[in-house]
Order: sequence, then structure tokens, then C-alpha cells
Amino acid sequence: MSAPSMDTKPEQHVRKIYPIPGGVHPPQNKAQSTQTPLTEATLPKQVILPLSQHIGAAAVPMVEVGERVLTGQLVAQAKGVVSANVHATISGTVSAITDCVLPHPSGMSGPCIVIESDGLDEWQPLEPCEAYLEQDADTLLAKIRAAGIVGMGGAGFPAAVKLAARSPIQHLIINGTECEPYITADDMLMRSYPEAVIQGTLIMAKILGEPEDLVIGLEENKPEALAALRQAAEGTRVQVVSFPCQYPSGGEKQLIQRLTGKEVPSGALPASLGCVVQNVGTAYAAFRAVRFGEPLLSRVTTVVGEALEKSANVEVRLGTPVGELLSQFGYQAKKASRLIMGGPMMGFALTSDLIPVIKTSNCLIAPSRREMPANNPPAQACIRCGLCAESCPASLLPQQLYWYARSEDFDKLESHHLFDCIECGACSYVCPSNIPLVQYYRSAKGSIRQAREDKIKSDHSRQRFEFRQARLAKVEAEKEAKRLARQQAAEKAKQKLADNPPPAAAIPTAPAAVSEAGGADAIARLERAVESAQARVTTAQERYQEAVAEGSERAEQLLAKLKQAEVRANEAKQKLAAAQAEPSATPVETSDDPVAAAIARAQAKQAMNPAEKAKANVESLQKRLAKAREKLAEATQENSDKVEALQSGVEKLEQKLADAEQELAQTAGQLEPVLAAADDPAQAAIERAKAKAAAAATLSPTEKLTSQIESLQSRLAKAQTKLAEAQAAEADNQEALALGVSKLTEKLAQAQQVLAELEEQANP
Amino acid sequence: MQMLLDQPVLAAVLALGTLALIFGGVLGFASVRFKVEGDPIVEQLDSLLPQTQCGQCGYPGCRPYAEKIAEGDVINKCPPGGQATVDAIAQLLGVEAPTLDAGDAANAEVKRVAFIREDECIGCTKCIQACPMDAILGAAKQMHTVIAEECTGCDLCVEPCPVDCIDMVPIATTLATWHWQKPKPAGLIASDRDHQAA
Amino acid sequence: MSFIQHSSPHAHGSNSTQKVMLTVALATLPGLVAMVLFFGIGPLINVMLCVGFCVGFEALALALRKRPIGFYLRDYSALVTGVLLGLALPPYCPWWLLLVGAFFAIVVAKQLYGGLGFNPFNPAMVGYVVLLISFPVAMTQWAAPTGVGDHSLPGLAAALSQVFSGQGADGYSGATPLDAFKQAQGLTVDAIYEQPLFSAGHIAGAGWEWVNLGFLIGGLFLLWRGIFSWHAPAAMLLAISLLAFIFFDGSSESGGSPLLHLFSGATMLGAFFIVTDPVSSAVSKKGRLIYGAGIGALVYVIRTWGNYPDAVAFSVLLMNFAAPFIDYYTLPRTYGHTRPRRATEKADN
Repeated sequence: MSAPSMDTKPEQHVRKIYPIPGGVHPPQNKAQSTQTPLTEATLPKQVILPLSQHIGAAAVPMVEVGERVLTGQLVAQAKGVVSANVHATISGTVSAITDCVLPHPSGMSGPCIVIESDGLDEWQPLEPCEAYLEQDADTLLAKIRAAGIVGMGGAGFPAAVKLAARSPIQHLIINGTECEPYITADDMLMRSYPEAVIQGTLIMAKILGEPEDLVIGLEENKPEALAALRQAAEGTRVQVVSFPCQYPSGGEKQLIQRLTGKEVPSGALPASLGCVVQNVGTAYAAFRAVRFGEPLLSRVTTVVGEALEKSANVEVRLGTPVGELLSQFGYQAKKASRLIMGGPMMGFALTSDLIPVIKTSNCLIAPSRREMPANNPPAQACIRCGLCAESCPASLLPQQLYWYARSEDFDKLESHHLFDCIECGACSYVCPSNIPLVQYYRSAKGSIRQAREDKIKSDHSRQRFEFRQARLAKVEAEKEAKRLARQQAAEKAKQKLADNPPPAAAIPTAPAAVSEAGGADAIARLERAVESAQARVTTAQERYQEAVAEGSERAEQLLAKLKQAEVRANEAKQKLAAAQAEPSATPVETSDDPVAAAIARAQAKQAMNPAEKAKANVESLQKRLAKAREKLAEATQENSDKVEALQSGVEKLEQKLADAEQELAQTAGQLEPVLAAADDPAQAAIERAKAKAAAAATLSPTEKLTSQIESLQSRLAKAQTKLAEAQAAEADNQEALALGVSKLTEKLAQAQQVLAELEEQANP
Repeated sequence: MQMLLDQPVLAAVLALGTLALIFGGVLGFASVRFKVEGDPIVEQLDSLLPQTQCGQCGYPGCRPYAEKIAEGDVINKCPPGGQATVDAIAQLLGVEAPTLDAGDAANAEVKRVAFIREDECIGCTKCIQACPMDAILGAAKQMHTVIAEECTGCDLCVEPCPVDCIDMVPIATTLATWHWQKPKPAGLIASDRDHQAA
Repeated sequence: MSFIQHSSPHAHGSNSTQKVMLTVALATLPGLVAMVLFFGIGPLINVMLCVGFCVGFEALALALRKRPIGFYLRDYSALVTGVLLGLALPPYCPWWLLLVGAFFAIVVAKQLYGGLGFNPFNPAMVGYVVLLISFPVAMTQWAAPTGVGDHSLPGLAAALSQVFSGQGADGYSGATPLDAFKQAQGLTVDAIYEQPLFSAGHIAGAGWEWVNLGFLIGGLFLLWRGIFSWHAPAAMLLAISLLAFIFFDGSSESGGSPLLHLFSGATMLGAFFIVTDPVSSAVSKKGRLIYGAGIGALVYVIRTWGNYPDAVAFSVLLMNFAAPFIDYYTLPRTYGHTRPRRATEKADN
């Protein structure tokens, strides 16, 4: 519909204007502030520059307190892509970087740079550029980004981000609609600087890759601005169109609909339709930034209201406190009902007059009570008149949204597209019952956003909690496996002792004693396990009863513990019964399935270890060595001629075994950290025990026993200290430790007995 | 055919039996073909709970409480979730929403995080063991600190601390989290105005 | 000046519930004047008594519900209900009839549901229907308009004594034109129109056409003031006309001419003052078209083939039932969405 080749004047009139649904027609109140030409406000004594005057991340301060800054100097740098620079708007000294009350509906404070003026307004040298339209798009964009320009219409979205659109743009729409009552800042800007606005438009078009449709849209209540712009646009391909007044046709989505007939899909950006919308103020600022190298230091603001002696538009330095600006217009605080920054439909009430004018402050209203009451009239019942639905530019059902917002039915609100509400205020404006509909929607939106975040957090928490539970369970299982592995190792060591009796046949009683002890030992051990399990049950019962008596919250948990203890006790009893029924059965066979599985897993884990291989090697060597020794002993007895050969074979084997053991020790040593991390010192202990056993094989029985006793003694000492510690700390593993100590004591006693017997035999 | 007509009882039984078979078959087919794979109720309940794992309900964690609710426990034992959670569970189960346990309700609305006064911390790791979220960082004899983003405000770490150096700090509203509050209902505003006039 | 947080918008339209209600009450004046001219002082007594009863019941109910009485009375919704009920009830009917009607309208149909805005049914019509079903004889005795029969209009004293003590001339009442048309199955249309009830009137019976014209004028005034949209009344009148046009074959066996239906009975009062009641009607424009058309169709159907001579009250109540259903199926398409939503849909995100 738009033909770029036709930039003749009649074409401007034929552009189709599309209807938008809903809308209201509040009294314009624009005449008050358009009587006098645009002037400059007096230089403020102090400026307060919030680090966040835009949508996106707050800028990062670049100056120190006490530093002297010049007008136009960068004082805070954009952080990330969606952010904007902040510049000193006067020359002077940075007096503070602190939290000040922000121009925000919440009335909360945020970080600001405060600069005290030195009254000189000394500018930093600027870099003007005459042939700006000859420059390439990236340079222009960089200049706009450096100047800290944001959407000046109210939202404050960084202009450079919008202009760096990734998808191809067909429509560049410059928004001069200014549909809100009272505000005339854009109107006066367009009247005063029409050429700058047109040139700014062309600069932005260049950056966007020359979209085919360049259009400036105005409501038809600005004939002077329309005429001025049309004159300035002569000879360019910028169209200037006007359309009937209908609040909120200046909303970004509404303006796109008005001028192109397209609707921005819900949740998408205008760029997805090939549209970029910029405010006329932004176009003007972009021109100043590119042409004169001037950062965004001031803006045109409408100062209006019946509590002022005069109303007008002024160019005001950013950061000027509202009170200081108002005082130049004869502000009478007593007459005012409230102070509004922005328009009466979408602006917010200020909570202090120290709040600064920022990049997005297009209007300041100081209304009398007649214009706007100090308190909103009380809300009456909704009479379902439907005026709100008729006025809604997004074709929502404000009434339904109101009911659901009141009952906090968030699902229903979302299914009724609450988030497509642009908060234009048309529904509240027309409501005959004075219901603050927009506040309901804002509150509901906030609650829904919070609920979404809470949901994300709670899912995250659940994951963390479950992970922790799994980890604790794993640690517990590993402990259990370790304990069993230790037992098994002890059994194996004993078995080995029994299977590989020392070559001297002089000690026939020892293995027998050991093996006999082995069977009895298993049963005794199980008996002790049963006892300790039962003891555990008793203590658990006591604790539970105590907790119940105290009415403690932990009672339930303790009950669960008690049950667990009982189950364990039963298991232990069963094991014991099984062991007693088959006294010859090996301890490994008596162990129940999960334990065996745990051991199997642990062993499987070890299967790939070099240590495992080395260990196997050592074991086979040990066996071969034992056999060789037997043969040697036989041969010696028979005085066979093979003695020598056998002797050398035994020596070779011994050598090999020693090598293998060394290797094993090394691999074990290397693996130590890994094993420690993998929680397998048990395995290492087993290996050490085996290595010792193997080493002992080469020693004389007496020596072997002595060393065994020594090691047992040291282990016992260690175990006892551990037990003492555990008892002191009342740790859960006391019983296990006590069991370990008693077992060690027993073993030690056995070993000592065997030693005594051996010594007796040796020295009759 | 004639035989059937002569035997009305037999005919009726036959007809009804055939119908029963057909419809039974259809129903059986439908129940297999259109089977609804619903979330087990415990999963759904668990997803509604706030996952603070604080144990204020008397169970060790949110999931155990979800299981207990599925077994018929009352649904108003979750102070961190507040009335909103109670309402959501009530809606899921299709029951009348009870009010939150009295006493809990007062604290429920304010979200808190644990904060360790670090110069007082002796590094005993007791809080680390108590934290269901692993949200406390530290080692034995080293100062501990709370990862505020991970803290759910369950206050399980407060009690084990031997030097009592953990505070539950309310989360402050920031510009990012601030939002408008719901207007007061009509009747209240009217009476407020009457008060002001008086 | 106080620095108080206010959520925007700070400006507010001049529209208010009070204004809406008062305008509606005011707009009944032409119709009321016409009624007084043709039926005497009776309708005025009805209206005044009903307003008194309704406001009284409203205050009582608010007091019992512990709500600020003054605040809620100032929305003038009870006033409008009273006016409409008074206009709908037969002139010179006994005072207790008005009292019972007002009780059901205000207390049962409105306050028990939670007050203004929460009532699913039009309060005045509920009151009317309760009376119509409970006291059919009293409710079908409409005063004959002047010029019909040999009586003159009763004076104020006679009227009051009729209302409060039941004493007085009984000769005022007679059948309404709709009734006459319905009962006169044997006569030709021309013969019916020659009856005294019609003789003074040309379209829809003596008096009645003027009364309906009065309400039409009031309705158009409200439309001009933007109190309601044109959708529901237009749809209702169109539906009645269309059905009457289709089924009228010129004989008295059929349902009566479109003009008879449009300007007889409570058609105009219903179309502009009852159907437009926002609380109990459908919300969207499309919904209001369906809602109005449904009422129009039901009015014609009941008038023609039902037991009652007029049917606005029944039709309105029946369509009140259907209003939530209509709303459900007439949701508008939101900006930026490709199709209208369904109320039961979950949010997409």
C-alpha cells in the first residue's frame, strides 16, 4: 500500500488509516502548555542521575565521589547490551554515589550519581559530523548507543537495541501521536525542531537498512506540528500522516495497527512484523547525537497543572529535581492534589519532590483538586455495564479480568490474556463505579510473575533436595559396603591363614584352632550383631517414647527409625539362626543378598583397577610359591637330587612375588587418592592385609605371628581411640566401632595364644 | 426363529446377553484405547508444595507430606506455602480449602532466607548437615555462609547452630520484585473513607 | 498535598453509577406521563410506593448485611428497580402487592445474591413474575385507558382508597389489547380493531401505543446519552418484528401485526429499560445481540402460543439464565491473537 517511489505530496493524504478497537476520548487539556514557545529551564544547582533510567541493566558508575566532571562526560557506562550510558548533564563535582528516591511508581530508592553544579556548564569537547548520512550504519548506531539514547516516549527501551533489529524492517514508524491528555512535549518539539526530527528519522532509516516505509504519525489535534513536519519532509521520502484522536492510539501496538493494519502477535516484538517504532523525541536526540556528537543531556518536558502559575514546555537537563523545576513555574504545593510524572492515564504519582527528571519524563502534572481528586473516589460495585470492554484497545474483557483478579484465579487470568493488557487505563477511566481496574491487573500480573518465579525456584529446590537425598543414600550404602568388605577381608585373611599353613608341619594345631575359631567366630559375631541390634531397638524405643511424651515433632521420624532398627534386628536374628543351623557355612554365604550385591558391585568396580590385577598376580604367585615350597620340603626330606633345582625355583618365585608385591604396593599407592575419593580405603586395607599375609608367608611362623600381633595391637589401639572419640561425640557408629574393638581384641588374643604355643613347641 | 419367539424369556436373556457382551466389549476397548495417563496424585501434590523441605508439616520433606496428603492427611500444614498452597491443593483434591493452621499464618506471607553472622561462626558444620538444600557452604573449622539463592527459608539450620549465629532475614523487596498490591475491596474503602471523614 | 501512591489512571471519566441510574430513572418520564394521561394517577402511585418499598428494603438488607447503607443507597439502583417495578405492575393494584413485589425484587433477587452487580436475574422482573404467578387475578386487571368504556379516571382519593383499602370503583379494569387480540379468535382483525379498546388507537390499542411511544422516546434518549449500546434493544425489537411479520397472515387466528407487537404491552419498556439492564445481561456486543434477539423471540412465542398475554418478564428471566452461556461463546478476539479464546482454555504459556 505504501509506494516508496511516490514521495509526492498527495500520497501522504491517501495513506490508509486503519481503525483500532476500543479507546476513550478524555478531555485533551493540551492548550494550557502550548501557549508559549519552547524555552530552556534554568541550570539546576544539583542533578541526581539514576543509573537506571531505562529498561534493562543499570549502568556502572565510571566516576569517583569528589571527581570533577564536565557537561557531557560519561559518568556511568552501559552494562551489557540492553542498557544505556549516563552522562553528566552539568559540570561540577560528584558529591555522592548513593541511593536516592527514583521516579518509579513504587517510590523506592536506587543508586544514583549526584553532581553539584559549579555553575559554569563547561562542556566536554564534542565531535560534530556534517555529512552524517554518508556514514555507514554501524558508525551511526555506535554514536546513538554511546549517547545513551533511550525511548523518550515513556518506556525507555534503549534505542540502539531496537535499531539493531536482526529481522528485515519494512516500516519505520515515528511516534508523534502523544495521545495522552495534558502532554504536549512531542507536539512542541515537532513544532520547534521539525528538520531535526526528519533528519533523525533518516538517520534511523539508514541504520535499519532503509525500510521502504518511513512514516511519522500524529493525532489530528496537532495541526501546527503536522504542517511544520510536512514542510520539513518535503523532498525526503518521509511521510507525515495524521489520524483522529483516540486514546491510546499512541501505544506502540496500537500505532502499528493504526498505520499498517497489522497486529503484533501476542508475546512477540514489533520487529517480527518488520516494524520499528521510535518516538519523535528519540529521533530528535538521535539527530543531535549524530550531528553534534551530543549525548542525551536534556529533554523536552511539559510542566502543567492548575497548581502552577504558568504551564509550558521546557528543555530541562536530566537529573533536575522535580521540586526545583516546578518552582520555576510558580508551584503552589497547597493547591496541588498530587504530583504526576507522565500523563494522567499512565503516569505515576510521585512520592517526593526530590525525584529527578529522567530520560523518559515527558510530563509533570501538578493538578489542582478540581482537576484530579487527592484521593480516588471509593469503588462501588461493578454493574457489569461493559463500558470497559468497549473501551479496551486490546479487546480484552476487563470485567472478567477484574472478577478473576479479585479472586486471584491466576489460571483464568492467563487464559483471558491478562498479559496482553497494556495498562492504558481506558477501562478504569470509563468505569462508572470507579473500580481501580488497572491496579487489579497490575497486582495480578505481579503476583503471577512471582508465582512463576516461585515455581521455578521450588522445582530447582526439589531437584537439589532429591539430589541430596540420593547422595546421602549413596554414602550410607557405601559405608555399609565398606563395613561388609572389611568383615569379608578379615574372613579371607583367616581363611588364607587356614588354607596356606606355614610350611613347617610343626604347628598343626594352629590352623585347626583358627579354622575352628572361624566357625564359632561367625556365630559369635552374629550373636553380638543381634545383641547390638536389639540394643539399638531399645534405645530407639526409649527415644521415641521420650519424644512422644514431649510431643516433639521428631516423633514421627524417630518412629521410622525405630521400625528400621527392628527390621535390622530381625534380619540379624535370621542370619544368626541360619548360621547356627549350618555352623560350617562360610560367613560370605550367610550374608544376605543385598550385601553380597554390594560387595559384588564394589568388586566389579575394582575389576578394572591395576591394583586388582597386581593383587591377583600376587595371589597366584603366593600359591605357586607355597606349592614349590612343599615340593622343596618333600624333596629335602627325600634327599632328592631335585632339591637344588627346586630351591632355585623357589627363589625365583620369591623374587617374582617380591616384585609383584612391590608393584601392588605401588599401584595401591597410586590409587590411594582415587580410592580415597571413591571411598574405598577398605579395598586398600584388604590389599595391605593380603600383602602382609604374603610377606608373612616368607617369614618364619613365629616372626609372622609376632608381626601379626604387632599390627593387631596397633589396629586395636587405633580402633579404641576411634571408639573413645565416637563415644565422646555420641556418634551413631559407636556400636560398630565397639564391635570392631572387641573383634580385634579377640583376634589379638588368638594370635598371642598361637604364638605362645609355637614358642612352647620351639623351646620345650 | 420361531423357537425364540415361543420362548420369550430365552429371547430376552439372549438379547440382553448379546447387548451386554457388545457394550462390555466397547467399554473395554475404550478403557484401553482412551486410557488417561494422569500424573499420580502424589506427583501433582508434590509439585504444588513449595519445596522448602522445612518439615514444619511434621514430615521429613515436601514429598513425604505429599504422600501423607494422598493418604488423607489434612492439607493446611504447610506454612511456607501459605494460603495459596492450601487453596491450590484444595482445588486439586476438590475439597473445601481450610485456612492455614493458626499461628503459622502470621509468618507465612513473609519470605525469609537464612543469614550466618560470619564472625560468630565457629565452623562446626552442624548447619551444613541440617540444610536440606545443600545451600550452606563451608568446611570444618572454616566459616560457613548461606547461598541465598538456594535457601528456601526453612530455618532448619537455626536450631542446630551451637553459637546461635544464624538469623532468618526477610527478603527485601527490590525494584525488580516490587509490584502493585491489590486494591482494598469496595466495602472496606467505603468504611475507611467514613473513618477519615469522622 | 500528600505524596500518596496512586495507580494510574489519575483522570477519570465523568461517568458514574449514580449518573447512569438517575438518567435511566429520568428517561422513564415520557412513558410515565403517557401512562398517567391514559390510566390516571394509578401508575404514579405505583411508582412512588414501589420506590419507597424498594429503597426501604435495600436499606434494611444492607443493615442486616452490615454494609455501609448510605454508600450503597447512593448508587440509586434500588430507585431504578422501584420505578421499573412500579411501571410494570397494574395501576390501582393493592399496596401489599407492591410490597411483596418489592421484597422479592430487592431482598430475594438482589441482596441475597450479594447486592448490586451480583444478581443473575433482573430484580424488577423477578418481583413481577413472582406476583404474576402468585396473584394471577390481581395481576391481570389492567385499568382500561380513558375513552374506553363509560368510566372516567378516578381521582386521587378514589385511587388511594382503591390501593390501600381495596374500596372503590371496580370498573376501571379490563383486558389489554394483547389480551383482547388473543381471546378474540372468532373475530376478524377488523372486527377486533372496532372494539372500544382499539377504537381510539390505530395501531396497538388505545393508550398503549402512546405509552410505548413514550418509552421509546426515553430509550432513544438513553441511547443518545450513551448509557447503553444499541445491540440488545435493537435485536429484541427486530426479532419481535420479524417473527410477527412471518406469522401474521392478516387474520386474528395468527399472532397479530408487527406494529401491534411493537407498540403493545411492555415491549418498549422491556426493550429499553429491562433488556438493557447490564448486570443480568450478556456482556459483549455480539453476546448482547444474541441476548436481545432471544428475548424478542421468546416474547413473541409466549404472547402468541403461550398462556400469558404478555411475556417480557418471562423472556428476560429465561435469557438471564442463558447470559453466562452466551458470554462463554461470544468472547472477543484479543489483540495479537489469531482466534477468540475459550473460557476453559488453559494459558498457552
